Amino acid sequence: MNLFVLLAIAAAMVLVQFVVTRWVKLNLLAWMGIWWVALWAAFSYGINPPLPNSIIVLFMAIITIALVAYLSADNEELKQAQESIVRFMVTRQYRVALLIVMFLIPAAVAAWTFASMNEAPQPPSSGRTIHPPPPSSITFQGTSINLTTANNPIRELQHTDEAAFAEHVANGRRIYFENCFYCHGDNMEGAGMFAHGYDPLPANFNDATTIAMLQESYLFWRIAKGAPGLPSESTPWSSAMPAWEDFLTEEEIWEVIIFLYEFTGFEPRAQGMPH
Amino acid sequence: MLTIDRRSWLLRVPLGILVLVLVALCSEPAWAAPQEADPEYRALPFISSRVLMWAVAELHLMFAAFVLAVPIFALVIEYIGYKTGDRRYDQLAYDFTKLLSVSFSFTATLGALLTFGLIVFYPALTQYLVKIFSWTFLPYVLLFFLEAFFLYAYYYGWGKLPPRLHLFLGVMLNIVGTAIMFIANAWLTFMNTPNGIDEMGNLTNLWEAINNYIWMPINIHRIIANVAFGGAIGAAYGAFKFLGAKTLEARAHYDWMGYIGIFVAICALLPLPFAGYWLGVEIYAYDQSLGITLMGGTFSWLFIVQAVLIGNLFLAANYYLWLSMARIPGAERFRGFIKYLLGIITLCFIVWATPHSLVATVEEARAMGGSHHPILNVLGVMSAKNTAVNLLILTTYVSFLLYRRANKEATVSWAKTGNWIQFGIFAAVVIYVVFLGVYGYFVDAQTRIGLSQPQVMSVLFAMVSVTVIDIFLFKNAKSRGEIVWGKISARSQYALFFLAITFTWLMGLMGYVRAGMRQHWHVYGVVRDTSVDAFTPTLGYAGGVVSAIVIVFFLLIAIVFFLAGLAGRKDWEPKSGSRWSKAEASATVDS
Ligand code: HEC
Ligand code: HEM
Repeated sequence: MNLFVLLAIAAAMVLVQFVVTRWVKLNLLAWMGIWWVALWAAFSYGINPPLPNSIIVLFMAIITIALVAYLSADNEELKQAQESIVRFMVTRQYRVALLIVMFLIPAAVAAWTFASMNEAPQPPSSGRTIHPPPPSSITFQGTSINLTTANNPIRELQHTDEAAFAEHVANGRRIYFENCFYCHGDNMEGAGMFAHGYDPLPANFNDATTIAMLQESYLFWRIAKGAPGLPSESTPWSSAMPAWEDFLTEEEIWEVIIFLYEFTGFEPRAQGMPH
Repeated sequence: MLTIDRRSWLLRVPLGILVLVLVALCSEPAWAAPQEADPEYRALPFISSRVLMWAVAELHLMFAAFVLAVPIFALVIEYIGYKTGDRRYDQLAYDFTKLLSVSFSFTATLGALLTFGLIVFYPALTQYLVKIFSWTFLPYVLLFFLEAFFLYAYYYGWGKLPPRLHLFLGVMLNIVGTAIMFIANAWLTFMNTPNGIDEMGNLTNLWEAINNYIWMPINIHRIIANVAFGGAIGAAYGAFKFLGAKTLEARAHYDWMGYIGIFVAICALLPLPFAGYWLGVEIYAYDQSLGITLMGGTFSWLFIVQAVLIGNLFLAANYYLWLSMARIPGAERFRGFIKYLLGIITLCFIVWATPHSLVATVEEARAMGGSHHPILNVLGVMSAKNTAVNLLILTTYVSFLLYRRANKEATVSWAKTGNWIQFGIFAAVVIYVVFLGVYGYFVDAQTRIGLSQPQVMSVLFAMVSVTVIDIFLFKNAKSRGEIVWGKISARSQYALFFLAITFTWLMGLMGYVRAGMRQHWHVYGVVRDTSVDAFTPTLGYAGGVVSAIVIVFFLLIAIVFFLAGLAGRKDWEPKSGSRWSKAEASATVDS
């Protein structure tokens, strides 16, 4: 959040409501314009880190529909708004203002075109599928593992043998800091020392939408097969995640998975639910 | 009379074809011994057979949904008319029923086409499904005949049969229709979440194959969605007639019809999100890949489109209610509330439509510190969505409440207290729902899914308790004047069209999602799609096909509306003195 900007927008709105209206009477149409601009400014500049453009467009589209619905939900208001537009266009008194508006609209389009042409070229944004569906089974170092039913064998120890479990967690920690933290970071926030060089950025495990909503067998697949093992239906894909099946044993992978959950405090998604 | 009799051949021909086809299917030699050389697929010259089947199946579904839904609420309306003795209800129910006969013919024709298409273009798949489900075809055909009987008896018997017998026919029509849908749902849900078969795909237990993971969720989701859809189409018919009405009387009647249609649609819309949620949970439970394909993978983008459409449905429904207040004296009092209701709806709409994975450029992603935005992320997950949709439902309910009260003034002594209690219930439920939503961020996935239940229950509680209080509160209320039916702007009628189109689109889209999530499988994990069409189409292409289907559907519905309108026309009169008038004069006797 960019509190400063948000406060400034709110202050401007209050100013319009209580001060400006003493001199000029604002009709509903003007109010709609003011709300539109205020919300646009809030979405574009009031939030930190900035929202992606696609989201701002989506939000503003919803707001536009809502504002139009509000204006036209009342016959009187709609009539007044229509009349004020007509009056603006036909009354002599507004002739100059009308000319200015007629100039400003194409000028705004031109300015916008100019500005967007002046930006450094960027690859187009794409709707990347971050969590593609896993295959139903994989071959791991020669043996087949069924991902629909596979369970983390270490999970059971959590309640039956705490000492053994703690040892596995310690192993997981070691594996993580030997292999993963370069990318996924000291605190698993996805900002390790290599991270800035990659696109997509390494996953942030503290985020509620990564490991917190996945099953452990899903993580096993992603860690074992890495980016090279991703299904083709989820292109475009240029993830740098290595395929760890070449470096870690099955047990080591389950251990590091346990550690990811222990460290972040999340629970994995349970398998299957009552039918 | 003549026109009506002509129409029934429309039904007989496709029905005959369907039966022939099914008989051919069920009799052994047709499929039991396929030669090696039998093709697995056949292709068409100009259009891909997949797109053709896609369109036919979806159109069949749309008409079937309509044909199943209308009798549900027509019956309820007829019953209200019977109980209250108010003839207008009876007339209204009949007006809805008029749309049925032609739609039923279309449904049957499209169903026959679908069956044909499956046999011709997908022989191997069809064979497999027939092998699994052959025992269900017999009751299906029988029920289909009964459906035809009850539907036509219900329609032609209107006003001719004793009221109780007629109501009974309506009940039977609904039971039979629902049973038909349940059977057909077994076939299609089996393709998504196959059950009751062994490793080789051979049937081990028919009941398990029928009662697979998503059979019941789809049954329920469809019944409710069908009613919503049927109500919306019925309302569109009302709007269509309203806009073309020449007399004030007709305007009033069709304004009322549009209102009732959309009332039905909204009532059904309210529980839909929960039914959908249950469906989603069962899909996830069956197979995480399927669940992830749906909610996290490629198809998740379609759920954004779904969310936008649903947000629009809620917005348009409220909009219609607000415009409707123009016809009630005294409604001006509530105008001030609209801003706040709209504000809540917009906020919830935004939360509801916020995607889980974002479309962002590399620079934008860098700025966000990853592919997830720290603030949007909060809005993108289930807890936020459930909270938003619960509040959307409550807000829509409040719009209804205001509409209901528009011309009433409470006269009971406890009116003030009653209002405060209602307000207190709302406030408590809103706080509770938001609290659960926020709490959902601090618990694991399993508990979070469980939280949606108390949310729903509290919203239901609020709606029921407030309604009950309202009924007593406005007993013997002073009226500020009667509702002036027909006194409403044309905009509201276009809102009804908008709702009908949005529902249809939503249905086409979700139908595609249901079928498409199997990806390169016909029967998920069992029968692989080895045709040239095994790829999953791009979202844009799929969107294009779905939109084209929606357009075709409305062209067909326009025909239905036109034909239904004929029944109410004056008899054709020859210009006096023409050849016809003399011939007619002698012929009218025997018609
Ligand atoms: C070279 C950098 C790099 C290293 C080293 C690395 N990762 Fe990754 N990891 C990534 C990238 C990039 C992604 C993909 C993020 C995305 O798709 O948004 C990823 C994704 C993942 C995911 C999937 C998360 C999800 O939400 O789908 C898991 C789990 C994971 N990594 C675990 C590990 C583990 C465990 C290790 C150590 C054994 C490790 N990673 C080492 C770069 C790396
Ligand atoms: C406000 C919420 C919702 C509305 C208004 C809604 C509406 C609809 C409608 C109108 C249909 C078409 C019904 C038919 O074919 O008979 C449908 C189908 C479907 N919906 Fe929903 N739905 C909602 C929520 C959900 C959710 C949360 C899911 C999550 C998985 C979902 C999944 C589906 C699927 C898979 C279908 C296809 C079913 C089929 O055609 O067989 N829906 N929905």
